[in-house]
Amino acid sequence: MNTHEYQAREILAGYGVPFPPAKLAFTAAEVERVARELGGHVFVKAQIHAGGRGKAGGIKRADSPEEAREAALAMLGRTIRDRMVRKVLVVQAVYLARELYLGAVLDRSLQTVTVMASAQGGVDIEQVAEAAPEAIVRVSTDPLYGLADYQARSLARAVGLSGEQVQAFRDIAQALYRAFWDCDATLLEINPLGVTTTGALVALDAKLVIDDNALFRRPGLAALRDVEQEDPAEVEAQRVGVQYVRLAGQIGCMVNGAGLAMATMDTIHLVGGEPANFLDIGGGARSDQIDAALRIILRDPHVRAMLINIFGGIIRCDMVAQALVNLLAQGEVRVPVVVRLVGTKAAEGRALLAGTSVHIADSMVEAAQMAVALAAGEDQR
Amino acid sequence: MSILVDKHSRVLVQNITGREGSHQTRQMLAYGTNIVAGTGVGKGGRTVEGVPVFESVEEAVQATGANVSIVFVPAPFAPDAIVEAADSGVELIVCITEGIPVLDMVKVCAHVRAKGARLLGPNCPGVISPGLSKVGIMPADVFTPGPVGLVSRSGTLTYEVAAQLTALGVGQSSCVGIGGDPIVGMSFTDILGLFEADPATEVIAMIGEIGGTAEEEAAAFVGERVTKPVVAFVAGKTAPRGRRMGHAGAIVSVGQGTAEGKIAALREAGVLVGETLEKTTEAVAALVAGSRR
Repeated sequence: MNTHEYQAREILAGYGVPFPPAKLAFTAAEVERVARELGGHVFVKAQIHAGGRGKAGGIKRADSPEEAREAALAMLGRTIRDRMVRKVLVVQAVYLARELYLGAVLDRSLQTVTVMASAQGGVDIEQVAEAAPEAIVRVSTDPLYGLADYQARSLARAVGLSGEQVQAFRDIAQALYRAFWDCDATLLEINPLGVTTTGALVALDAKLVIDDNALFRRPGLAALRDVEQEDPAEVEAQRVGVQYVRLAGQIGCMVNGAGLAMATMDTIHLVGGEPANFLDIGGGARSDQIDAALRIILRDPHVRAMLINIFGGIIRCDMVAQALVNLLAQGEVRVPVVVRLVGTKAAEGRALLAGTSVHIADSMVEAAQMAVALAAGEDQR
Repeated sequence: MSILVDKHSRVLVQNITGREGSHQTRQMLAYGTNIVAGTGVGKGGRTVEGVPVFESVEEAVQATGANVSIVFVPAPFAPDAIVEAADSGVELIVCITEGIPVLDMVKVCAHVRAKGARLLGPNCPGVISPGLSKVGIMPADVFTPGPVGLVSRSGTLTYEVAAQLTALGVGQSSCVGIGGDPIVGMSFTDILGLFEADPATEVIAMIGEIGGTAEEEAAAFVGERVTKPVVAFVAGKTAPRGRRMGHAGAIVSVGQGTAEGKIAALREAGVLVGETLEKTTEAVAALVAGSRR
């Protein structure tokens, strides 16, 4: 689950991480008032669940309350990076000598939490990782002991800090590490971690991603969810208990199992088409979930054909077929459909679909080829 | 021969009294799995499908000599169930449960390692040694005994590949699902090592997917330690960066985990990588036929 900057900031501030004074605002008039309270020189930052806000006009410097108001008017009620801006964070401007990066992530290979720092802060760390991986220093922690003092100090020295800054950095790094565990985070970063012209450390942006699997035991964090920042189709999918990710292509697919769903998408691509989505109905989907999943795909206006690929196990192929037959009878299916059924009750499923407009395929490759051809045929009409 | 489980495995079902646990117990018993015990909190003294139920893993192990457990405990309590099994001397713990908080698994994996136990999963279909034992939730009829060792991060891809191999007349020694989560117990590398040492395995099929570096580590291991032919498939070439593709572990992030990177590393190590599942299973079948000539 993604969170907003202001939420991550509040959490980290609770662990003692220093941030410049700031306030959340919902209207341009509020922004102007807050900017005045903060001394006039501020940054106005759109609160959206998207990276690259700065380049897209979502972060603006203002040197007077009036300028802050203008900046807010250009953001509030508009979309930036496809996300609606409903609120902005007004932050007192600070004068920086340097921008560092500090973050904690899950290290899958070492099976622990890794804390990373870089002297090249302020930019997307993924870009640094690709362009200059040696510019990122990492320490992996012992889950029992946590981030040791010496590890935090070595990170501080590696990013060019000295003297009292080393202790200040250690405190921030250990606060970040504790917050990571307490929040069941999969990513928690401070970027940039600024070094002011007087040498003090101050956090200027924060990003927190929370493990969806842990939300059941973190009700306070679950309440931070901002559904409006998410794709409505993905929200609906989550509500009914299936996994859906919208993609850019024209072939809607419904598959059981994440691996098989990805392999189906790849096969569509290989035979010249593009998948419109990833959709995994899971291992034990009920017929109401299958119906909801089919409707989510059909609501996507880009979908020109649908491919259903089911390897029946606990899921019975005849149940999937019946859900499709019901939808056909209701006149809800506006695109050609290709179905491939294997495993439990596959013959029964195919029998249910006999005599309908649905195309039956034997293999994944054949199914993908048929779906791609049918989607292209739709285009020509 | 086979890996991880065979006729001698004495299997304990954790949460045998739950809906999924009792249903899958029936399926495993029908396959011939030697299920000796189950656990159910507050349900000790009952039987499920003729299997005695105990209050704790320790009691079950003492009474029956169970050495393999399969966990059907819901996600909030599954980490505890794994720790209990490891503390009670169970040698192999197969965790089917999906949705376990990942930081719990950081602690659980460290604990299991310290106890010297083996963990398969979580969020995995389990393991089957066709004709011998099934400790998992896979549909049994697509598997058949033979010389191919199959390891995968995905459940349905395991079934799909096994079904295709079986249709080509090629059987399997053991089929192992290692699980789709970011942090799992046994890795591809661990399973490849077991297949390399297993006399019944002649060809190894490995089904990877985007996210993490497990396939790259497996490639390095194959290059150094595996003499048997390895054929691989990597799912997720068309997945966008930064998006979780169903499996919590299937996500391309911070410049790593792409399908291209994995395929390149595997090919570098001499692994045959199939463009599609069909081509992958055909390559496996050709290698099996070649080694029999």
